[in-house]
Formats: sequence, structure tokens, C-alpha cells
Amino acid sequence: MNYVTQILPSLLSGTGMTLSIFFWTIIIAIPLGILVGLGMTTRFKPLTWIINIYVWLMRGTPLLLQLIFVFYGLPIIGIVFQRYDAALFAFILNYTAYFAEIFRGGLQAIPAGQYESARVLRLTKWQTLRKIVIPQVVKIVLPSIGNEVINLVKDSSLVYVIGLGDLLRAGNVAMARDVTLVPMLLVGVIYLLLTAVCTLVLKRLERHYSFWR
Amino acid sequence: MLELKGITKKFGGKTILDDVNLTVEDGKILTIVGPSGAGKTTLLRCISGLASVDSGQFLLDGQPFDPATNRDNDAVIGVVFQDYQLFPNLTVRQNVTLAPTMVLKQSTQAANAEADRLLTQLDLGDKADLFPYELSGGQKQRVAIVRALAMHPKLLCYDEPTSALDPDLRKEVEQIILKLRDEGITQIVVTHDMPFAKAIADQMLRVEPKN
Repeated sequence: MNYVTQILPSLLSGTGMTLSIFFWTIIIAIPLGILVGLGMTTRFKPLTWIINIYVWLMRGTPLLLQLIFVFYGLPIIGIVFQRYDAALFAFILNYTAYFAEIFRGGLQAIPAGQYESARVLRLTKWQTLRKIVIPQVVKIVLPSIGNEVINLVKDSSLVYVIGLGDLLRAGNVAMARDVTLVPMLLVGVIYLLLTAVCTLVLKRLERHYSFWR
Repeated sequence: MLELKGITKKFGGKTILDDVNLTVEDGKILTIVGPSGAGKTTLLRCISGLASVDSGQFLLDGQPFDPATNRDNDAVIGVVFQDYQLFPNLTVRQNVTLAPTMVLKQSTQAANAEADRLLTQLDLGDKADLFPYELSGGQKQRVAIVRALAMHPKLLCYDEPTSALDPDLRKEVEQIILKLRDEGITQIVVTHDMPFAKAIADQMLRVEPKN
């Protein structure tokens, strides 16, 4: 127990990094994902083409590789990020692609009749999107978004590769130093707690949207 | 009064509507009948601006207008879709008031008052706070009618209003449509249900499939 209280501060500070990556990615990548998802449903071919390549790159290569490219690769062409900014940039790029795919699916699930019905009522495109389409899409995509959110909690551990001190790394350091698995056990418990909170929040949200079908 | 002059519509080389001419007097009911695939719904979609025409002209009260781009004037055409297309995420009242508040810029209060008046008129007074999934087919259709009426259309179009209803509900739609005619609303009804069409029509247009 003594040992636990001894290593807990460093684990908690690592958790801070994990949470920081997590929240900023969610806050920025979800709205971006909606925009890119909308872009995928337009009939403007060059745009959908570019987006498809982007999504293919982001989903087709490991996030770990993307982190390495952003931090070690981009400086070659003169774009230099701080470690933390590099991590955030890579996570946002990667997760926007996944969210965009989810939103595209959600958007395509809305029947054409809903748009036509809004059109004969003379609602503008923006009004239709805001009042009719997005609320329905949110409900449809919530379970899939939830999946990605949980993934993100764990994916954030990849930032160790560019030398950021997150939760997993804090545990790793303590394990190597003290030659015991106890820190890793604690790390596992903390991840479980974090994902448990996410799960609860997502359940709440789904229940919130269950007032209509 | 709505006039169609020489309306022609093609889909990939196939002529669906060939030189359609018709006139609907104010406050009258025009039924468009014919077998499936004859272009009834296409004609309705052209009139309501959901499809463009290849040639021909629309006149509303003698003024030419293009339904497909008709947004800012008040020459509105309301549509009751075959599958109603209510907005599932909004209550009955919100379905009705959405466009009046956002497009006609009515105050929420005024829009709500009018919605409640129209809903009561169509026997939906106690359904205002329900969501579409909580309604029966006939009720959904009446909500769709109220939603269209709340925009004060000059013309109300129905696409196959009886196709999804029980036989005894057909009578009900018939009465609603006739009641709206008594109030002076001009209506166009697309249907393949001949007895229904005959019961409500002031005027009937028969369309046949083209080869």
C-alpha cells in the first residue's frame, strides 16, 4: 500500500496527459468529422476524391506511424511541432477520418424524403441540416462514436513514441525501476476507470436521445 | 388558379410527361389518375418543384413561375407525401411550427396558436406533444396535412393519400379533403384509387404510360 501511494502521483500526472490528449481530440475531431462527413456526401467530385484519399491514408496506416511522421517527418519540410502539439495534431487528423466515416454513414441513413419534405416547406439547406438532419444523425451515430471514444482513451498511450509522459509510460518507468508489475496493474485499473466513465456518459447520452424513434 | 402549359419531362431519353396542359381553378380539386408508372407522381413532383421540367410553363394566377426555384415569393405549394415524411425528432406541434417560425418568421406564440387551431380542426388536439412514432398512419397523415396548411399554401398536393390506409380511413381522408375544399383550398390529388378519385374530384386528369 505504501508503494502504491508512492507511485500514484506520477501515475496521476501521466493520467493528466492522457486526459488532455483525449479531451482535445474529442472536442476538435468530432466537429471536424461532421464537416468532413458532410463533404463526403456532396456531389462535388474533386472534394470527395480528396477526402477519400485522406480517409484512406488515416485509416490505412497505424496511428503510431502517423505520430512518428508528424513529429520526426514534418520538420524535414520545415513544419516543426512541439511534442504535445505533434501528438494532438496526429490524433485529430486520425480521429477526424474515423468520425467522418461514421457521420457519412449517418447522413446517408437519412431518407431523401426528409430533405424533400423540408424543401417543400421552404426550409433552407442550413435550417434543414440543423433542425432535421443533424439531430437524427447524432442519434444514429452515437453507438459508433462511443466505440471510437473508448478506443481513443487507449490509443492515447501511443504518444510515448514521441517522448510524451502519459499514463502507460509512467507505469512503464516505475515498472522498470522497481522491477514489479504493480504499477502496470494500477495503470490497468485507471484505464478501466476512465473507460467506465466514458461508457456511463455515452449510455446517458443514448438514453437522452431515446425520447423519439 | 394554376395552369400548366406544355409540360414535358424526360428521364434519360424516356419521355415521362409529354405536353401536359391543365388548369386548376381556385378552390377546386383536381385528381390525377392512371396506372403505376404513368408519371402521376412525376407530374406532382414537377408541380411542387421537387423535379425540374424539360419544357413547358407554369402559371399561378396568370403569373409565370418556376416551382423548382420558387423560394422567396409566397406562391407556396404544400405537399402531403405518400409516406408523410414527418420529422421523427420533433413533436407533432414542432413538426407543424418549424417552417412557419423559421421561414415565415412567425413568433413561436403565433405559430403555436395556429398549429393548435389546425390540429384541433383535424381532430389531433390531444396529440400535439406526441412524437410521430406514437401516432397511427391516419394520424400521421393528418399531421402532414396540418404541417402543409400551416404554411398557407395556395395549392395543396397529395401523393397517393389512400395507399397506406385501411379502407375505413379512406372515407376519413375523403372527408378531410372535401372539408378543405369548402374552406377554399385548391387541391391536387394523385391516386390510383378510382372510387376515391371519383368521390372527391371536381376535375380529373388521366395519365397513361408512354412507350
